[in-house]
Amino acid sequence: MRLRTTTAAAAAGLLLLTGCGAADMTQQASPFANARGARTVTLSVQSWVGAQANVAVAQYLLEHELGYRVDTVQIDEVPAWDALSQGRVDALLEDWGHPDQERRYVDDKKTIARGGDLGVTGHIGWYVPTYFAEAHPDVTDWKNLDKYAERFRTPESGGKGQLMDGSPSYVTNDKALVENLDLDYQVVFAGSEAAQITQIRRFAQEKKPFLTYWYSPQWLFEKVPMTEVKLPAYKDGCDADPEKVACGYPQTPLQKYLNADFARTGGRAAAFLKKFRWTTEDQNMVSLLIADQKLTPEQAAKKWVDSHESTWRAWLS
Amino acid sequence: MATATAPALRVALPGVLKHRALHKLLLLAVVAAVLAPLAHARWHSGTWPAALTVDLTDPLTRVSDWIIDNRDSHPLFLYFFGHISNGVVLCVRAVYLFLLAAGWAGVTALGAFVAWRTAGVRLALGTAAAFLACGLLGMWVPTMQTLALMAVAVLASVVTGALLGLAAGLSDRMDRALRPVLDTMQVLPAFAYLLPVVLVFGIGVPAAVLATVVYAAPPMARLTSLGLRGADKEVLEAVESLGATARQRLLSARLPLARRELLLGLNQTIMMALSMAVIASVIGGGGLGDRVYQALASVDVGAALAAGIPIVLLAVVLDRVTAAAGRGTETAHGRLTTYAPLTTYALLAAVAALAVAARLAGRPDWPDAWTVAVAEPVNRVVDWMTDHLYSGVPVVGGTADWAGRFTTWVLDPVRDGLQGLPWWSVLLLVAALAWLTGTWRTALTAVLAMTAIGVLGVWEPSLDTLSQVLAAVAVTLVLGFATGVAAARSDRVERLLRPVLDVFQTMPQFVYLIPVVALFGVGRAPAVAAAVVYALPAVVRITTQGLRQVDPAALESARSLGATGGQQLRQVQLPLARPALLLALNQGVVLVLGVVIIGGLVGGGALGYDAVFGLAQGDLATGLVAGAAIVCLGLMLDRVTQPAVRRAQKGA
Repeated sequence: MRLRTTTAAAAAGLLLLTGCGAADMTQQASPFANARGARTVTLSVQSWVGAQANVAVAQYLLEHELGYRVDTVQIDEVPAWDALSQGRVDALLEDWGHPDQERRYVDDKKTIARGGDLGVTGHIGWYVPTYFAEAHPDVTDWKNLDKYAERFRTPESGGKGQLMDGSPSYVTNDKALVENLDLDYQVVFAGSEAAQITQIRRFAQEKKPFLTYWYSPQWLFEKVPMTEVKLPAYKDGCDADPEKVACGYPQTPLQKYLNADFARTGGRAAAFLKKFRWTTEDQNMVSLLIADQKLTPEQAAKKWVDSHESTWRAWLS
Repeated sequence: MATATAPALRVALPGVLKHRALHKLLLLAVVAAVLAPLAHARWHSGTWPAALTVDLTDPLTRVSDWIIDNRDSHPLFLYFFGHISNGVVLCVRAVYLFLLAAGWAGVTALGAFVAWRTAGVRLALGTAAAFLACGLLGMWVPTMQTLALMAVAVLASVVTGALLGLAAGLSDRMDRALRPVLDTMQVLPAFAYLLPVVLVFGIGVPAAVLATVVYAAPPMARLTSLGLRGADKEVLEAVESLGATARQRLLSARLPLARRELLLGLNQTIMMALSMAVIASVIGGGGLGDRVYQALASVDVGAALAAGIPIVLLAVVLDRVTAAAGRGTETAHGRLTTYAPLTTYALLAAVAALAVAARLAGRPDWPDAWTVAVAEPVNRVVDWMTDHLYSGVPVVGGTADWAGRFTTWVLDPVRDGLQGLPWWSVLLLVAALAWLTGTWRTALTAVLAMTAIGVLGVWEPSLDTLSQVLAAVAVTLVLGFATGVAAARSDRVERLLRPVLDVFQTMPQFVYLIPVVALFGVGRAPAVAAAVVYALPAVVRITTQGLRQVDPAALESARSLGATGGQQLRQVQLPLARPALLLALNQGVVLVLGVVIIGGLVGGGALGYDAVFGLAQGDLATGLVAGAAIVCLGLMLDRVTQPAVRRAQKGA
C-alpha cells in the first residue's frame, strides 16, 4: 500500500513541478543554457568547416562584444531546420537551399524567420585534382569522362569509375545524374565529409587521379587545388524532378535563418545575427585556420576579428 | 554455473547430438525439396521477389508529416511527450547546476569520497586522478554536462529496468511476454532507433536521454529478473514458514538475495549508457560526445581524442567502483561498518568545506591556465603513422594495398555470393544454422527476421551489410582467439593487455573512424577495421576467462599423462571452454553489427548508410526501414550464433 501511495505522491509532485497544463516542447531550451544567469544564444553548427567558421566568428563577437554566452550544437542541415522551429537552436547561419523546409516552416508555420544573405555564394559540382586536369585537359568536360573511367577505378566502385560523394546530409543529385547522363561511373558515398576529406588528401599525396562531388567555398581548395568538370548547364527548374535531373548544380546565395521568436525578442543578438554578412575570402581564411592550422575555432575567430574591425563594426551598430 | 554444467553435458551429448543434427537436416532437406521448386515456380530464384515486398514509403512519410505538423498543438504531445521532455530537461538541469555549484574541487572530492566508501583507497585515488585529468584536458564543463546527462539517464534506466525485471521475476506470464522484447533490445544497434526518438522529441537532451534509456535499461531488467528467479529456494521456504507476507518476502529475502545481480545490472547499465554518450551527440546530446563529433567534422583526431579520454576515464572508474561494490556485498559486510560514522561525517564535512573554499576563492570553474593541449602532438603522431603505413611499406605492402585486396578478394566475393544465392536458399541456410545450434524456436525467429528484411524491400543492402559482418567477425575471431589463448597462458600478457582492452572497449568509435579512413581509404574495408577494433576486446576477454576457468583437475590429469602445452590447449582447454568460445562468437557478432552500421559514416554503405541518411535528411521512410532491417539482421545473427545450452540456462 505504502509503495502505491508513494508512487502516486511522486507522480502528483512531478505534475505539479511541470505545471499541470500543457507542456509545449517548442518552449524548451537546452538544460545547459543560461547557467548562472548568463544570456545564452544557441547556434547550430553544420558538419563542414565553413559553417564552423561562421559560428566561430559570430560566437566570438557575441561573447566579447555583446556579453552573451553562446552554446553550439552540431546538427545536420535538415534536422537543424527542425530544431530551429522548435526553438532548440536560435539560428542557422549557412543554409544551402531546402525549398521544402522553407515552405513548411517559414511560410506555413511561421516558426522560422529569414535572416538574410550570408554574403557567400555556394556552388556544388564535380571536381578532379588540378594536377590531373593539367595533364589531361579534356577531362573537364563531362562528355569525355567515360574515357577516363578506367583511371578513376577503386576496389569500391566495381568495374566502373568512382565518383566520390560525401555526407548523406548534403544536397546531391549525383546518382540520378550518372544514370541520366549514361556515364560509366559508380557513386560511392564516403558517408561523412571528414571521411571524404581524408580520402581526398590521401589521393592528393599520392598524386592519384580522382573524381569527387565537392563544393565551394571550401578551404580544401587551398590545400588540394581542384578543377571543376563541366556538367550540362543549370537552367531554372531543370532539377525539379529528382529522378530526371540531367543538369549541373546552380549558384546558391547562402542564407541565414532565425527562430521566429528569437528574431522578435532576441534583442541585440538577433539584430547582430541578421546583419552578419561577410565574403567568401573571409570565410575561407577562418576555415583554413581551423581545419589546416588546427587552431581552435575561438583562436581562429580572434585572428580574423583582430584584422577586420571595420567589417564587423558595421554588424554591431 | 555455466562451467559447472557444460562439461557434464558435453560428455553425454556428442553421440545424441550428431544423431539429432542429422534428423534436423533431413527434415529441412525434405521441406526444402517441397518448397523450393514451388517458390521458384511461383516467383523466381535470385534476389527477393518484388511481389513479396511491401512499400512503406507513403505511410511512413505521412506519419512523419503528421508528427511534424501536430508536434506543437496535438494533446498527445502537449500533455504526454511534452511533460516527459520537460521532466528530463528539469532533472538534467538540476544535476548540472549542482555539479557546477560544487565546482571542480567539490566534484573531485565527492567522487573520491564515494569511491573510497564503496571500493577502498586505491580506487578513490584513481577516481580523483581521473577527474583531474578531465580538467587538465580542458574538458571540465563538457564532462560535467555528460555526467549530468548520464546521471539522469542511468537513474531512469535503473528504475525502468528494475520495475520491468521485478515484473518478470515475480510473474511467469510477464517473463514470457518480456523475454523476447529484452532479447531483441539486447541486440539492437543504438543507431537504429535514434530517428523515431528524434522525430517525436526533436533534437536535444530529452531525445538523447530517452535513447540512452532504451539502450541501457534492458540489462538491468534482465539481471533483476535473473536475480529474483535465482534466489535460493530453501531460504525462501524458510522465510515463508515464518509467516512472512509476499511483500515482506520480497523486501526482506528475495531482493537482498539478488543484490549481486542488481549491482551487476547497475554496472552493465552504466557501461551501456556511457557507450551511448557519443552516439547520442548525433541527435544533440551535447557534452563530451558533441566535442568528439565536432572534432570529427574538422578531421581533428587529436581533439577527438582529448574529448574521448574523459569518457574512457569515466567508464573505467565507474566500472571498477560499481564492480567493487558488487563484490563488496559478499565479503565485506563487516568491513563497511568498521569505519566509525564519525569519520564518515568528518570526511563529508571536509568535502563540503573544500568545495566552499574553492568557491570562495572564486574558482568554481576549472582554471584555463591548467590545461594541457594534447591535440597537436597526437595529430602529428597520427599523421606520421598514417603517412608511413598507407602505402609503399616494403614486403608487406601498405595498409591501402591490404584494404584493396581485402575488398576485392574477401568482401566482394562474400557479398556477391550472398546476393547471388536464390532468396529461398538464404532462408533455408539460416534455418539450418539456427536449428543446428539452437531449437526450432530460434530457427523460426531467425527465418522470420530474414523474411521481414525481404518484405521490407531491403534484401540487397542487408546482404551487403551481412557480408561485412561475416568478414569482420571472421577477422575478429582469428585475432581474438589467438590473443585470448596467449593471455590465458601467461599472466604477464594478461596484465599488459588489460588496460589496452579497457581503453578500446570504452573508447568512442567516432575517435578512431578518421585514422581508420586515413589508413584504409573510404569504403567497406575501414568499416570492417573499425568493427574489429571495437569487438576484439570483448572476444579476447571472454576467451581468456573461458580458458582460465577450465577445471584445473582436468588440466592436471592431462599434464600427468604427459601432454605438451599445445596438446593441453587443443585437447583439453579448448573443448572444455567451448561454451565460452561460443559466447565470444555471439558477443562478437552483435558488437560487430553495431559498428558496421556506424561504418556508414566512412563509406560502408548498405544499411548503415541508409540509417545515417535517414537521420541526416529526417527521412523516416528510409531511416526507419533501414533501422528495422538492422534489428532483424541482429536478431537473426543472434539466434544463429546462440547455443541451445545458453538458452536452456537462461530459462532455469
